[in-house]
Amino acid sequence: MEKILLKNADVPNINDIDVYIANGGYKSLDKAFQMGSTAVLEEVKRSGLRGRGGAWFPAGMKWQFCVEVNKFPKYLIANADEGEPATFKDRPFLEKDPHQLIEGMIVSAYAIGASKGYIYLRGEYPQGYKVLNAAIDQAYKKNMLGNNIKGTDFSFDLAVHRGAGAYICGEASALIESLEGKRGQFRVRPPYMATHGAFGMPTVVNNVETLVNVSHIINGGADWWSSIGSKDSPGPKVFGISGHLQRPGLYELPMGVTLRELIYEHGGGIKDGKELKAVIPGGVSTAMLTPEHLDIKMDVKSLQSAGSAIGSGATTVMSEDACVVHMVWRAMAFFYHESCGRCTPCREGTDWMVKILARIENGEGRTEDLKILEDVCHTIHNNCFCPLGEGAVNPVLSGLKYFRQDFEEHIRTRGCPKGLRARARH
Amino acid sequence: MVTLSENTLQEIEKAASKYVDRKSALMAALWAAQAEFGQLSPDVIEAVAEVIGVSNAKAQGLATYHSLYWKKSVGKYVVMLCTNIACTLMGAETLLEHLEKKLGIHEGETTPDGMFTLQEVECIGSCGNAPAMVINETFYYDLTAEKIDGILGSLK
Ligand SMILES: Cc1cc2nc3c(=O)[nH]c(=O)nc-3n(C[C@H](O)[C@H](O)[C@H](O)COP(=O)(O)O)c2cc1C
Ligand code: SF4
Repeated sequence: MEKILLKNADVPNINDIDVYIANGGYKSLDKAFQMGSTAVLEEVKRSGLRGRGGAWFPAGMKWQFCVEVNKFPKYLIANADEGEPATFKDRPFLEKDPHQLIEGMIVSAYAIGASKGYIYLRGEYPQGYKVLNAAIDQAYKKNMLGNNIKGTDFSFDLAVHRGAGAYICGEASALIESLEGKRGQFRVRPPYMATHGAFGMPTVVNNVETLVNVSHIINGGADWWSSIGSKDSPGPKVFGISGHLQRPGLYELPMGVTLRELIYEHGGGIKDGKELKAVIPGGVSTAMLTPEHLDIKMDVKSLQSAGSAIGSGATTVMSEDACVVHMVWRAMAFFYHESCGRCTPCREGTDWMVKILARIENGEGRTEDLKILEDVCHTIHNNCFCPLGEGAVNPVLSGLKYFRQDFEEHIRTRGCPKGLRARARH
Repeated sequence: MVTLSENTLQEIEKAASKYVDRKSALMAALWAAQAEFGQLSPDVIEAVAEVIGVSNAKAQGLATYHSLYWKKSVGKYVVMLCTNIACTLMGAETLLEHLEKKLGIHEGETTPDGMFTLQEVECIGSCGNAPAMVINETFYYDLTAEKIDGILGSLK
C-alpha cells in the first residue's frame, strides 16, 4: 500500500513548515475553506472515520453533537497522551511530522466550529514538546493558526498542554480535568463533553491519528479514503508491533489486515524462528489471543467477535520463550500503579491481583488463587467508574482462559518454568 | 518558602496566557519549577501554588498524582528504564539488575555521589526498539548490557 499517514517519515526536516508545504502540506485547508464547514463535516461523516484512540467512536457523529450546541468558544483537543502500554503509533506525528497533526486539527476545528485547541501531550515525550511548540509558532507566522486564517473568517488558537505521567489522563474526561489544572480523574457523564467539556464549553477530544486522517479525507475525498481498509472500520492505520518479532516497529497498513499478515509478513515472523505463543492485539488492556486467532482481521468487529478489541492497534507478540503468568503480572503491576484510587474495586482489586500473580510467579501460589483472581475480576467488572478498571481484568481473564495450564503448572511445580521472578517495585 | 527565578516566573506567565483560567497552567508551572530546582520539594510546590493562585494542598496533590514530577531529590542523571510488557519481553528485567549492580543501588535509589537515580518506568512509547530507557530527556534504544555500560561511562 502506498503510504498516506507515514508518507513523510523519511523526508528530512519535515518538521519545518516550508519543507512540509513543499511536500504538499496544508493543501487541505484551501480545499476545506472552499467546501465550507458543513460540507467538511458531511465528508468526514461519509468517510466512516472512527476514532483511533481506543473506543472507535465515529468521528463525524461526535463532531455533529458538538456542532449542534449553541455555546462558544468550542474546544478541540488532540489526545496525544499515548499511554496505553506498547502503543507508539502517534509518536511520529509528535516528534517528526508535527504539521500533519496541526493541519488535521485546523480542518477538524473548522468543521466543528472550534476556535480553541490544545494538544494534550504525554510528559514522556519531551522532544515532542519542543517540536510541536516550534511547529505551532511557525504555523502562526504563516497565518495557518490565529485570527482569520488565510483571509477567511475562521480563527483557531492552538497550544500544547504537557502531561506529567499518568495513564488515566489519556481518558478523555480525565484529560479535560487535567487540562483544567486538576488531578486527572474520570468525569461521570452526563453532562456530555459536547455540551460541558473543557472550561464548561462544548468540546471534542480526538486521538492524534484520528485528526491526522482528516486532511487526507478532505484532500482525497471520502470515497477514496474509505475504499481503503475494511467496511466496518475503513481507512489506513499505523500499527505498532512489538515483542518477539524479527522486525518490530511501525507499519502503515489498511484496517482489516490480519494478525498473520501483521506478524509474519510485516513483522518478519517470530524472533529467532521460535513458535508464537500469544498475541495482545490492541494494547495491554485488550484480551490476549492465541495462534488459533491468526486469521482474524484487525478491525473493530472482527476482534470483538474474537473476544478481544482493537484498542490502539498496538500488537505485542509473545513467543514460546515468554511466560504468560509473568506478563499478566507485569500488566497488572501497571494497572495497580495507574489506578487513580477512586473506586475501591479497582484500587484494592488491582493491588490484590498484583500480589496473587506475584506469588504464583514466585512459586508460592495456592490452588484457590485462580478462583480468587476470577472473583476479583468479576467484582471490578461493572463496579468501577471508568474503563481503566475494565481494562485491567482483560489480561487476567484472557490469560486464564487460554493458558490456565501455565498458571496451574506454576502452582504445582512451585515456580516459574522459565526461571523468572516477579519482583516488588520500590 | 523559596523564590522562583525571574525566568521561571516568566515561563509560568507565558503558559498561563494560553488558558482562560490560569489554574490550567499549574502543570506547566510545576514543570518550570522542576526545571529550575531539579525536583519539587514541598516548599517549591508551595511557591508554585502561590504564583498560580491555588491552595498549597491542591498543588501538592497534583504533584504527587504524576510520576514525572520528582518529589524526592534525584541525581544529576535520572535513568528511567522501561519494564512494561514490550521491554520486559525483550529483556528489560535483566538490564534492570545489570543497572543495579553497575550503579550499586536499588531501583528507586540515588548513588551516594548524587550522579545517578535509577527508576523503573511504565511504557515510554519505544516498543519497536525495545528494550529502551530515557536518561533525563535522551532516549536510548535496543539496549544491551554492553550498550548501557558505554552510555553510563560517557556521562560525566
Ligand atoms: C484509561 C484510558 C486511557 C486512555 N488513553 C488514551 C490515550 O492515551 N490516547 C487516546 O487517544 N485515547 C485514550 N483513551 C481513549 C479516550 O478516552 C478517548 O476515547 C479518545 O481520546 C477519543 O478519541 P478518538 O475518538 O479519536 O479515538 C483512553 C481511555 C481510557 C479509558
Ligand atoms: S476504575 Fe480505577 S482508574 Fe477508573 S475511576 Fe475507578 S479507581 Fe479510578
